[in-house]
Amino acid sequence: MAKGDVKLLGAWPSPYVLRVKIALNLKSVDYEFQEENLGSKSELLIKSNPVYKKIPVLLHGGKPICESLIIVQYIDEAWSGIGPSILPSDPYDRAVARFWAAYVDDKILPAVKGIVVANGEEAKVKELKEVLVLLEEAFILKSSAGEGKPFFGGDEIGYLDIALGSLLGLLRVTEKSFNVKLLEEATTPRLVSWADSFCTHPAVKDQLPDTHKLFEFVQKVVYPRINDHI
Amino acid sequence: MGKKGEVKLIGSWVSPFVFRARVALNLKSIDFEFLQEKAGSKSDLLLKSNPVHKKIPVLIHHDKPICESLVIVQYIDETWTHGPSILPSDPYDRAIARFWAAYLDEKFFPALKSIRMVQGQGDEVEKKLKEIKEGLGLLDDALVKISKGKPFFGGEELGYLDIALSGFVAWIQVREKTFDVKLLHESTTPNLAVWVHNLSAHPAVKDIIPTADALIEWVRLNLGPPPPPAN
Repeated sequence: MAKGDVKLLGAWPSPYVLRVKIALNLKSVDYEFQEENLGSKSELLIKSNPVYKKIPVLLHGGKPICESLIIVQYIDEAWSGIGPSILPSDPYDRAVARFWAAYVDDKILPAVKGIVVANGEEAKVKELKEVLVLLEEAFILKSSAGEGKPFFGGDEIGYLDIALGSLLGLLRVTEKSFNVKLLEEATTPRLVSWADSFCTHPAVKDQLPDTHKLFEFVQKVVYPRINDHI
Repeated sequence: MGKKGEVKLIGSWVSPFVFRARVALNLKSIDFEFLQEKAGSKSDLLLKSNPVHKKIPVLIHHDKPICESLVIVQYIDETWTHGPSILPSDPYDRAIARFWAAYLDEKFFPALKSIRMVQGQGDEVEKKLKEIKEGLGLLDDALVKISKGKPFFGGEELGYLDIALSGFVAWIQVREKTFDVKLLHESTTPNLAVWVHNLSAHPAVKDIIPTADALIEWVRLNLGPPPPPAN
């Protein structure tokens, strides 16, 4: 596949862009990455995603696909038969993976925002930890079905691994910023080892933003923005 | 197709999200048991089947619950492979259908739902109506591009995006009556107006689509008057 055929519009700190990068890597797809400056969006971005004007946008043969999880499913379907399947094959397992990915998108970012706005208040931290405990339980259920495999997807990372794993950077930054523990042995032991397996996976490890750089970015740019919108 | 006891749908006739599941099941000619939840209370089965959200719809197939309306519609499409395909076959077309369905849930429905809370506050109502109209404008354009002259987003037959939007039609008509405004109408959304006509006549839809009047009456009985404006 010629590199010019596939282009990803994104930004290095974005967990949603990370999802797409991981999916492209899993399928060994060559692509061109265009780093967007979110202070001044490129014409290509605005033209390709007129509804939201947001990254990530995948351009395949010039045609834009928007919304990170929709892009991940697109990659799975357009390059089916190459590399691992991202969605499981069984319809019920697919429904479970989709359900929890939607849950991740629904709950985690708002819970992080809640912590930021309340400046790390315990009640807000507890809310996010409860979200993570539900995901821990979902992982245990999956693992017991798949005999203790390392990922939600089984032996290989899959849709839900990508959806949740991409947010680990933000969770770590939040832990450091407010001196709290979100993923820990006491409450989410399986997710702790899952996080390690995820971050060291070949399709993932070179894509993760530098932790220090991300910490600074989130402190300087993301948290103030969250507070400004209240 | 399939024994009736095998497939249950927990829901309510007023819910636009439950409506999606019903249309999908009808499209695939699946026999199912419809378990109507009572307004204002949640059954034990619902709480047990959807402990995370405690919301309808929940599809129960071979005693296993599936939650979230669009997840349910995709599950139905992937499990019952006879009958029309709900998702298109081409990956790009699928991505487009999913994009607009997600738009409906993330942007369009919140605006449609929340206008009720500002009823009586002129400026706020205008703002919300503008949002709703813009959304419908985008969808009207999308319909032209996607349907390529055929009656539905899915082409000759109902597809994923038709099903996703179908549940909101009656509620849009409720807003039209309550706020005395044209939203889905040949003067505002000419293509969607024709689409509504085609949708309402479709065998999978015509016997189950509620009337705006029935919904308005339900709101009156179960939700009471809209909240007074905040001061």
